[in-house]
Amino acid sequence: MRDYDIIIIGGGVVGSAIARELTRYQLRVGVLEKESDVCTHTSGRNTGMLHAGFLYKTGSLKAQCCVEGNREFDQVARELDVPFKRTGKLIVGFTEEHRQRLLTMLERGKANGVPGMELIDRKRMDEIDPSAGGNFAIFCPSSGILDPFTYTVALAENAVKNGAAYHLYTEVTGSEYLPDGRHVLHTTKGDFTCRWVVNSAGLNSAKISEMLGIPGYVIQPVKGEYFVLDKKAGAFAKIPVYPAPTERNTFDTHATPTVDGNVLVGPNSFNVEDGEDYSVRQTGMDGLQESGARMFKHMKREYYIRTFAGARPKRVDPATGEIQDFLIERRDEVPGVINLVGIESPGLTSALPIARRVVKLLQEKETLTPNPAFDPIRRGVPRFHEASCEEQARLIAENPDYGEIICRCETITRAEIVAAIHNPLGVCTVNGIKVRTRASMGRCQGGYCETRITALIREELGKAVTDMRLGNGESTMFTGYVKGGEQA
Amino acid sequence: MMHRQAVIVGGGPAGLAAALRLREKGVQDILVLEREQLLGGILRQCIHDGFGLTRFGESLSGPEYAQRFIDRVKAANLECLTDCTVLDITPEKVVTAASRAKGLLQIQADAVLLTMGCRERTRGALATPGTRPAGVYTAGVAQNYINLQNIMVGHEVVILGSGDIGLIMARRMTLEGAHVKGVYEVQPYPSGLPRNIEQCLNDYGIPLHLSHTVVDIRGRERLTSVVVAQCDERFRPIPGTEEEIPCDTLILSVGLIPENELSLAAGVELDARTRGAFVDEHCQTQVPGIFAAGNVLHVHDLVDFVSLEAEALADSAAEYILKGSLPACCLEVRAGQNVGHVIPQRISGTRSFTLSLRVRQPLTDVSVVVRQGDREVLRKKMRKALPAEMIQLPIRAEKLTDSADMEVYVE
Repeated sequence: MRDYDIIIIGGGVVGSAIARELTRYQLRVGVLEKESDVCTHTSGRNTGMLHAGFLYKTGSLKAQCCVEGNREFDQVARELDVPFKRTGKLIVGFTEEHRQRLLTMLERGKANGVPGMELIDRKRMDEIDPSAGGNFAIFCPSSGILDPFTYTVALAENAVKNGAAYHLYTEVTGSEYLPDGRHVLHTTKGDFTCRWVVNSAGLNSAKISEMLGIPGYVIQPVKGEYFVLDKKAGAFAKIPVYPAPTERNTFDTHATPTVDGNVLVGPNSFNVEDGEDYSVRQTGMDGLQESGARMFKHMKREYYIRTFAGARPKRVDPATGEIQDFLIERRDEVPGVINLVGIESPGLTSALPIARRVVKLLQEKETLTPNPAFDPIRRGVPRFHEASCEEQARLIAENPDYGEIICRCETITRAEIVAAIHNPLGVCTVNGIKVRTRASMGRCQGGYCETRITALIREELGKAVTDMRLGNGESTMFTGYVKGGEQA
Repeated sequence: MMHRQAVIVGGGPAGLAAALRLREKGVQDILVLEREQLLGGILRQCIHDGFGLTRFGESLSGPEYAQRFIDRVKAANLECLTDCTVLDITPEKVVTAASRAKGLLQIQADAVLLTMGCRERTRGALATPGTRPAGVYTAGVAQNYINLQNIMVGHEVVILGSGDIGLIMARRMTLEGAHVKGVYEVQPYPSGLPRNIEQCLNDYGIPLHLSHTVVDIRGRERLTSVVVAQCDERFRPIPGTEEEIPCDTLILSVGLIPENELSLAAGVELDARTRGAFVDEHCQTQVPGIFAAGNVLHVHDLVDFVSLEAEALADSAAEYILKGSLPACCLEVRAGQNVGHVIPQRISGTRSFTLSLRVRQPLTDVSVVVRQGDREVLRKKMRKALPAEMIQLPIRAEKLTDSADMEVYVE
């Protein structure tokens, strides 16, 4: 039986931010993640926006956490070595009705504390991004784009560096109180005990909440589908350009540059029963092709490199179905539980502010002793393709593995892949290497590098071919050897 | 910075053939850069036979075909750097490459020969609906695992697309004990060669379903099934014709794309039809001194033609290197009726060259016609013309004029 002071259920961006913030104190922190890695659900399946906070009801947790998370992100990105660009964002309009909605949004943004928002005319738009459509726009300078994979991984790695322990493939199946008031959590990897449990289970947060003794919440997964476009299309997208919000205060299909230089077109938005069904539909793709082309004129078939889907766990009023704010609570009648339900967009931007609120709830019940060894800095592996020629020459001279390009499209070297294989979380799937390095995220989608990456994983970790996994669960890549092939 | 008369990017069939011919023509200072540990390119994993019938008059396996060139390259003492990936080429012909052994290299070349080959079209490019389970492989990736690493990728197999590599893999996986349930091709005719349909599908009783495609991919972890459907003449699935096929492996053989990212970096302009460079009869791109041949220029059906095209390139490149320039090519070659694309796209009208083309759809009892204005340069009767088969026509200088653009069509 493994024992911790505090166990976090769910190792997404929020769970990992909580783990990291808790390691600032002298606490034994454990994270239970049911999947093969930390960002395989909502945290890794989104637009990668650092939101500004103008869309949410003034005074709501969504508004507060988002504005707070946005304001501090330059420092966070530096501390954790996360690719990030504060690009700003244009929300464009064509009609008088659009103008009214944009002005409402501008007022709300000001009330929420979003800095620097202004209504601009076409002339200013041309200065910022001439390719953006529309007659006028709101320019919001604080919006940005980040790599959600690296951010989640970086939070988790920094937590591990400061003493937290991650347990992958560990799904919580039940919870009980022990006579001494501690919890015992039953999981697919045996039992764990702890004084505190944090529910950060995202799409499963209502289920886990009920398991921990707080029933009654309803999560409505809202799915969105996306196209990923080639970096060749990225050359035409400098800044996120969104259409004016709809009557329901949501955004239709938009084109967003990623921090790595691709373009995401999407998401659409529809309710689903099963939030973990990430299949994309032909109808969805057809719709995105049509609406995407209106917003981004370089939405061309030759630029398609991938499609994907994600789901936002929206907490809804069980009676009305109305979407609710983030829920972050501690109840005296359910001791030792901090409950997070319905953490959806802007959860990526809000992860650390949410984590600090969790710490505060904990501090209401006990005095936390600072961890003097806490180090907020996490350094990623130097990225060859971002280095100057002189730095590249130096990297290869210091480590010849930098001279061996494994992923041709993204120029990822053997050194980066080997470092990723020996990651602090012990993730050993092909997708795990992909999200840590970008290998196979390019236009050939692993056509060149996947065979090399699987060979390197086998070589570095001594894995049998039948133990190789693509991603979550039993995503077995190979069935064995060819006839007589074991000897070769 | 190093200097070489010729830098050849890619040590596959095109690059090796070009290197050897350049040396024969008197170019001494040649460097071949190859990203793999071994020379030979994609031929290394093509262990089936049928290579070399045109070039050598005998049937060889891919590795055997490559080895003939590798042996000669070794004998000629040509400088080849393997494990060396080219990162950038500038319009001024400065080549930057990374190598374990040599570090970061910068080489000023008099001429750059682009022989990088092609890559496979992916599921992402098709935007095929469904989940993203393990067990979905492009044919070339499956071929790499099976033939180079001895790893078997699955048991119950569906193949989407009737490209040649997919057909070869249908046979290969059957020989390894897998059950290939069928090949589904969206077009009303096969995209692979007739001989591969015969030898890889018909000989093994593997059904080929034309005008069909995969409309859904199912399974969250490993693939559990695909849904196929019949398609109309505009390649749209016909509702009501869907059929779910349980399988653990989906092999994609849905087209090849010339790999021209380095060419673009060098300022080379691409033809939207071939997705390779615009070239003149010297295989020269519109950037002087940068040449292209083989699958990086246009996807070939047979490696023999890749070697021959690269040798023709080397003849011109040698002339460029030794004399400093090549005759200007001001006449345009246009693809007319029924013709998908032509190579080269520009000619001088004063020299002999080989014209390559593909037809848009299968045709019977037709004539390929090459014209310059009113002048019929060549007319070739064909009983059968298939998109799968590249048509090559030697055009003799004495038939040409240097005062009219050329049109190629099939009637």
